[in-house]
Amino acid sequence: MCRRAAIPARLQSSTRERALRIAGRFYAALMRSVEPPFAWLQKQVGIRGMAYAFVLPNLLVFGIFVALPMILNIWYAVTGSNRLSLVERPFLGAENFRVLLECKDYFDANSCAQDRFWRAVHNTMLFVALQVAAMVLLSLLTALILNGRILARGFFRAVFFFPVLLSPVVVALIWKWILQRDGLLNAFIVGAGGERVPFLNDPSWAFFWTIFVSVWAHMGFYSLILLAGLQAIPADLYEAAEMDGTTRWRAFHRITLPLLMPNIVVVLVLTIIRAVQAFDEIYVLTGGGPGTATQYIVQFIYETAFANQVHLLGLASAASILVGSVLMVLTLVQLRISYHGKN
Amino acid sequence: MKQILKALLAAGISFAATTAVLAQTAELRIMWYSDANEGDVMRDLLDRFEKANPSIKVNLDRVPYRSILEQLPPLLNSGQGPDLARVTDLGGLSRHYLDVRPNLRDAKYFDDNFGETLKWFRPSGNTNGVFGVMTQLTLTLPLVNSTLFQQAGIPIPGPTATWDDWAKVTKDVAKKVNAPFAIAMDRSGHRVSGPAISHGARFMNGDKPALIDDGFRTMMKKLVDWHADGTMPKSLWGSVGGSTYRGANDEFANGQVVMYYSGSWQFPQFAKTIGKSFEWQAVQQPCGSAGCTGMPGGAALVPIKTTKHPKEVAALLEWFASEPVQAEYHARTLFLPAHAGLAKKGIAYQTDDTNVKKSLEAAVKAVAATSPTAFAYQGYEHNRIMFNATIVRLNQAIAGEMSLDEAYRRMQADVVEGFAAKGLKVE
Repeated sequence: MCRRAAIPARLQSSTRERALRIAGRFYAALMRSVEPPFAWLQKQVGIRGMAYAFVLPNLLVFGIFVALPMILNIWYAVTGSNRLSLVERPFLGAENFRVLLECKDYFDANSCAQDRFWRAVHNTMLFVALQVAAMVLLSLLTALILNGRILARGFFRAVFFFPVLLSPVVVALIWKWILQRDGLLNAFIVGAGGERVPFLNDPSWAFFWTIFVSVWAHMGFYSLILLAGLQAIPADLYEAAEMDGTTRWRAFHRITLPLLMPNIVVVLVLTIIRAVQAFDEIYVLTGGGPGTATQYIVQFIYETAFANQVHLLGLASAASILVGSVLMVLTLVQLRISYHGKN
Repeated sequence: MKQILKALLAAGISFAATTAVLAQTAELRIMWYSDANEGDVMRDLLDRFEKANPSIKVNLDRVPYRSILEQLPPLLNSGQGPDLARVTDLGGLSRHYLDVRPNLRDAKYFDDNFGETLKWFRPSGNTNGVFGVMTQLTLTLPLVNSTLFQQAGIPIPGPTATWDDWAKVTKDVAKKVNAPFAIAMDRSGHRVSGPAISHGARFMNGDKPALIDDGFRTMMKKLVDWHADGTMPKSLWGSVGGSTYRGANDEFANGQVVMYYSGSWQFPQFAKTIGKSFEWQAVQQPCGSAGCTGMPGGAALVPIKTTKHPKEVAALLEWFASEPVQAEYHARTLFLPAHAGLAKKGIAYQTDDTNVKKSLEAAVKAVAATSPTAFAYQGYEHNRIMFNATIVRLNQAIAGEMSLDEAYRRMQADVVEGFAAKGLKVE
């Protein structure tokens, strides 16, 4: 560092200029080398066609990995049998959707032809309601605390974000070791003279822990979004409010909350979408049990398509289209809100 | 110049020779799972096979058991399967197997020694194909922690003891020695079938499935009741959902279970994990009103019909089925042989573990006493649909999500749905 500081400014500048000249020559050579094929291409497709030529690679990737699977999914949803080959599958029309939606009472899964689908729908709805509420509130609370002047603020920000970096399977395994019958938590309880608690074997406890673990694992990410929003609020608004003698609650209610609302809406919609898709952590943590107490919709789709002995691909595809439709609506809501926010 | 030309010529010839040899070498892939040491034993044997057959190279792709259940079927359906695989759903995947009979040098040897099990993996309508070789014959049976019985001062029940007797005795033992679990059973439709047959379940009506009958109902009710009164731990079956398999290996190896209803494939694993920590042994089947039987089963090495090397696959299977290889494989893996000749002669198992020795003796006796209904159900091509329906719905009844009557109705509906997906009708 000392040696660098000793180099005269004139010499430093000439080195920089030389480096820039070399980079410029390299760039010019590169451009000259790619010019002929692009010139040829432009002759073939015209100036308007060039835009499509440039997005073609991305379109191909999108087509192969997104559009094609979606089309295949629709085909599987309207055909039957356990065969994978498209041509071997008899066309059933809307039969798979009819079977899924056949119910005497939509609030009583036992009255439905596909009771496990409806149990998964009920579980997912309750999970979404509770998990989203907990996630948004706790993320907001965390962001507010981390935005304040607290000791070791940087450390705590890292601590809250750390679980986001972990693989969902690792998260689930850590919590499984803590919550299982002879896990860490029960060891503490028994050590303190209490009785073992069936954290993962009692339906209510298991349901609670699926919410807790998913909030723990993802809260850091949403806190970060809200923290960014909080830091974008001009400090002079709070100063003016303070000069007017406004209480902290009133400042939060009248300044923070309205100005943070766009971020909160983004967090809300993202959390809902993610909660509907909940699968990996929960599958490893509880496997959907006990019974079907923590079986959510994506697990139902996975098991129906792949884990059961007979692979009911049509039924699973139909269910995934229904879930996809719900997610599509939620995404449209998010886009609409974002659009209004910008205008 | 001449020297350079000579060197180039020599290099060209050696390159051509190498590529010619490589082109002649058939590379086979086996998708293989292991319960204990069988993967190592198989690899060791395969090394010798490769030396004896330099034109065949065999890759043993070791995968978890779950991959065999969940990833192999889609691979086979898409035509991307391996050349051979070690499977347990013997009948369910049979449409993907290759009949190696035309390529066998001595097909009669297979008929003579594997006749009883060959039919387990024949597709419907086929009566004489050779579609694989068993890598082990298994039998579901109870494993007991003898040390816990000794500590409790309660004798292990005899061969005529019923399931109810076992439930009572194991509960007494668990209470006396403060063991958490009296009886644990693998979370598997296959495992509950033997006890159900002991209570009169038939599962089949001719060649049609008939899952629900009085014998089946009797055993299912016992299982629900035992979970309710704490004889069986909810933490085992309740810790997962759907049709997911869950064993109690860790709980048994940790001395927490008095009686673990699992099977003979566990012997080598427990020899390793339990060692001399406590005494354990397999015992005779608990009885019901209709008999005392477990369910046979096992794993087989099956050739896949998409292989590009059918002759080499047949040669590999013929070598694996040969008596010396079978004798060594079973002696080292501590598995029960499906080879009739070896079963008669007996296997010189390579173990000093008295727990394993006692257990193997009990298993051999129990195989001989296994009900023909159990063999028929095991050999039924579509039994997995029924196993699956049983475990999913029984588990829901145990969890209190539905009554047993509702569970039976759902099991029947699941069986109908599973058969319909395969293009079959259940009357």
